[in-house]
Amino acid sequence: MTDIIGIILICIGIAFDFLGVLGLVRLPDVYNRLQAATKCVTFGSMGILLGVIVMQGFTSFGFKALIGIVFIILSAPTAAHAVARAAHRSKIPLAKISVVDKYEEDKELKDETLKEEVEV
Amino acid sequence: MKILKWIIGLIIIAAFFYFNFFVYDGDLMLKFINVILFSSLLVLIRVIVGPTAADRIVSVDILGVLIIGLTALLSLYYDESFFIDVGLIWALLSLIATLAFSKILEGRQLDD
Repeated sequence: MTDIIGIILICIGIAFDFLGVLGLVRLPDVYNRLQAATKCVTFGSMGILLGVIVMQGFTSFGFKALIGIVFIILSAPTAAHAVARAAHRSKIPLAKISVVDKYEEDKELKDETLKEEVEV
Repeated sequence: MKILKWIIGLIIIAAFFYFNFFVYDGDLMLKFINVILFSSLLVLIRVIVGPTAADRIVSVDILGVLIIGLTALLSLYYDESFFIDVGLIWALLSLIATLAFSKILEGRQLDD
C-alpha cells in the first residue's frame, strides 16, 4: 500500500518537473521563465522526496529526504527572489506582450519622494 | 517558421515518451530517471541558447533542484541512502552559486 502511494507521489513529482522545465524552455521572458521553473521544479522535487519518505518510512532514507525538503523550501524562494531582483536592476527588458511593471513604478515613486525630501 | 519549431519540439517530446514508456524494457525507476535526464537536457538547451545572463543563472539553479530528485530516485533504485547526501550538497552549492552570481549581475560586491 505504501509502495503504491509513494509511486503516485513520485509520478506527480516527475510530471511537475517535466512541465516546469518545459515552461523554462517555452516562455518568452526571464521573469516568466523564473515563475514557471521555480514553482514547478520545487514542487516536483518535493513530491519525489515525499514519495521516498512514504515508501521507505523513517529510516535513514526518510530522515535525509526530510532534511532535503526543508532545505528546498528554505532555499528555492530565496534564490528566485535574488535572481529576479538582480535581473530587474540590471535592466533586462520585459517581454513585448507584458502589461504592467509594478516594480518600476514603485522605484520611480521612491525616487520622487527622495527628491522632495532633499529639496525641503 | 514558428509552427515548424512547434512541430519539431512536439515530435521530439512525443518520440521520447513513446520510446521511454512503451518500447524500453526496464525497471520503473529507470524510466523515471530517464524522464529527469531528458528534463536536464532541456535545461542545458536553455543554458546554451539563453539570450541574457539571468536566463543562464536561472537554468543552473533549476538544474541543481532537478539533481536532488535524480539522486533520490537513484537511492531508491540502488537501495543505498548516501545518494541523497550527494543531492543535498549539490543543492547547497547551487544555492550559494546562484546568490553570488545574482549579486555580481546586479553590480554589487559580494560583501555589500
